[in-house]
Amino acid sequence: MTAAGLGWRSRLAVGAVRVANGASRRLGQGSGTVAGGRAGLAIDPSLLARLATGRRVAIVSGTNGKTTTTSLLVRALTPAGSPTTVATNTTGANMPAGHVAALVASPGASRAVLEVDEGYLARLVADTVPDVVVLLNLSRDQLDRVAEVRMVADAWREALAGRGPETVVVANADDPLVTYAARAATSVRWVGAGLVWGADAVGCPACGGRVRTDSGGPGWACDSCDLARPPTTAELADDGVRLDGGEVVAMRVALPGRFNRANALMAAVAAAASAPAGGIAAPTLTEALERIATVGEVAGRFGVVRRGGVDARLMLAKNPAGWTAILDLLDEEARSGRPSPPLVLAVNARTADGHDPSWLWDVPYERLAGRQVVATGDRCRDLAVRLRYAEVDHVTDTDPASALRRAGQGGGSVDVIANYTAFRDLREGR
Amino acid sequence: MTARLDIVVVYPDLLGTYGDGGNGAILARRAAWRGIDATLVQASSDRPLPRGDLYCIGGGEDGPQVRAARNLVADGTLAAAVADGAAVLAVCAGYQLTGRAFPDASGRAVDGLGLLDVTTVKGRGRRAVGEVVADPLPSSPSPAGRAGLPVLTGFENHAGRTAVGAGASPLARVRHGIGNGDGPDGGAATEGAWSGHVVGTYLHGPVLARNPALADLLLGWALGGDVALEPLDDREEEALRAERLSRAGRR
Repeated sequence: MTAAGLGWRSRLAVGAVRVANGASRRLGQGSGTVAGGRAGLAIDPSLLARLATGRRVAIVSGTNGKTTTTSLLVRALTPAGSPTTVATNTTGANMPAGHVAALVASPGASRAVLEVDEGYLARLVADTVPDVVVLLNLSRDQLDRVAEVRMVADAWREALAGRGPETVVVANADDPLVTYAARAATSVRWVGAGLVWGADAVGCPACGGRVRTDSGGPGWACDSCDLARPPTTAELADDGVRLDGGEVVAMRVALPGRFNRANALMAAVAAAASAPAGGIAAPTLTEALERIATVGEVAGRFGVVRRGGVDARLMLAKNPAGWTAILDLLDEEARSGRPSPPLVLAVNARTADGHDPSWLWDVPYERLAGRQVVATGDRCRDLAVRLRYAEVDHVTDTDPASALRRAGQGGGSVDVIANYTAFRDLREGR
Repeated sequence: MTARLDIVVVYPDLLGTYGDGGNGAILARRAAWRGIDATLVQASSDRPLPRGDLYCIGGGEDGPQVRAARNLVADGTLAAAVADGAAVLAVCAGYQLTGRAFPDASGRAVDGLGLLDVTTVKGRGRRAVGEVVADPLPSSPSPAGRAGLPVLTGFENHAGRTAVGAGASPLARVRHGIGNGDGPDGGAATEGAWSGHVVGTYLHGPVLARNPALADLLLGWALGGDVALEPLDDREEEALRAERLSRAGRR
């Protein structure tokens, strides 16, 4: 909806968003999205719903892969050669204030793609009446802030149960928690996107029974109720994407790792399932896959930065599932003959990370045995103790810049795996 | 000295949410580094619980906690092993279910194992989330060859309030945080409880990563009483403890 179509309160609120964002950017206080959004919502609590009126909104949520999938979905919805006309929250500001800021920043965009924190999905669905909701995965993350993972699945289920066929849910059929939530929806496209971390889905979210997986196949089912892996419209195969008819289509993804192939497939299926917006029709699955094939870096993930004379490839991992996926990637690369550079692990436990780093003990760091490791970040001492018991040789350096120099002493580049605020600070050179 | 030590992590499929599985790994390593033949078993809830010398029970969500308690009562092995002198470290949801009763998600009382004389009810105030510092009481157990346990540090995340009965003793007095929440109006007073060879605590971190002396107390018990263990190079744990103790109360 254009500003002229909003009521006086909403127009005032939009003005406040712009003023606060401008001021916050000038003062150098972050990217200015959250401050403005908060100011706007304080003046008009219904601002998000009003700003979404008349637009098509796609929503992306899940524990891991949200930012990457959101970015890929924007690309998949943008025809080649045309300018991007999609409103989206690219900075990771994925709560209501960030959504408001994204919509205010692109007043003319008839299409929005919004990444949402798992705990705010229900509110965003109610406020924006989305045409597509992408549900990637659910696993333990930030237990001191976000409710326990089963409670999140229940909230998702409730939010989707009220939606009619105008909302298509694109759901990962390999994740029992996602399946439990998504099957309450009227219209679902099931995607076999794989599951890195199954430890949170052993207990059936529907009945408390036991979820058993087929040995050798992707199937899974609860042993005491009817929750089971649904038939998929598309699933990851070794050589591409297997469609429900059995046909395999090629998929090229420049981003590394199996988890990014999963993100790409989810984004492509979502794009193909979307409603036309602003006169632009939804792409076919093949078109969507082609559009996202060349995306090589999303929000700095896997980007190489130069810090203190050292080239560092930055990788983000925020929770046990995310770390396991990155360790899988390092193994994949080592198997394919890529030399294993020294590794810097950076862990913080600030508010955005969760204040309790006990999750370090759920990460299989034992797999790093034999590599050269430097532990850093606010909580490098927790990490050092974890690495000690994993019997991984390491040195500890509280200062990330100095840790990078130490790792880069040999003259080559280094790999960095960092959790959320540690990654952000390294990327921004703070 | 027993040459062998069987360490059992109880139901990681139900009670493995807060990284507490690390406690079992820490115990196994600290035993192995001293030349003790330690076996670490991850005991899944769909099989009979194996007999062991040392059991670790971790934190978990409300529903799985009730299932774990029912399974353990029906299985009977844990109670029998404790009667034979096995040691137990029980954390958070695991601590609650080793007691007489604890609340389910709706607040209704569920029977616990009764291995510790403690009773947990749903707290009326906010969930207790944050750093804890707690001073062991003079009556608390001491690892062989040491004068008491040093100050305890950990991270708590729970809604329950736990009263320690006459058959058990509180483990420590809270300096920072909430712990058992057995002070006036659900406020801080004591943290954890122990009796015999069973220790319960609300501390994550995991607790043994941040309190290696507690790990050695449990290993000593599991090895059959007053066994003095040779010291290990715990400089990294000491650095972590010093940092956490200096940070508690500040963020």
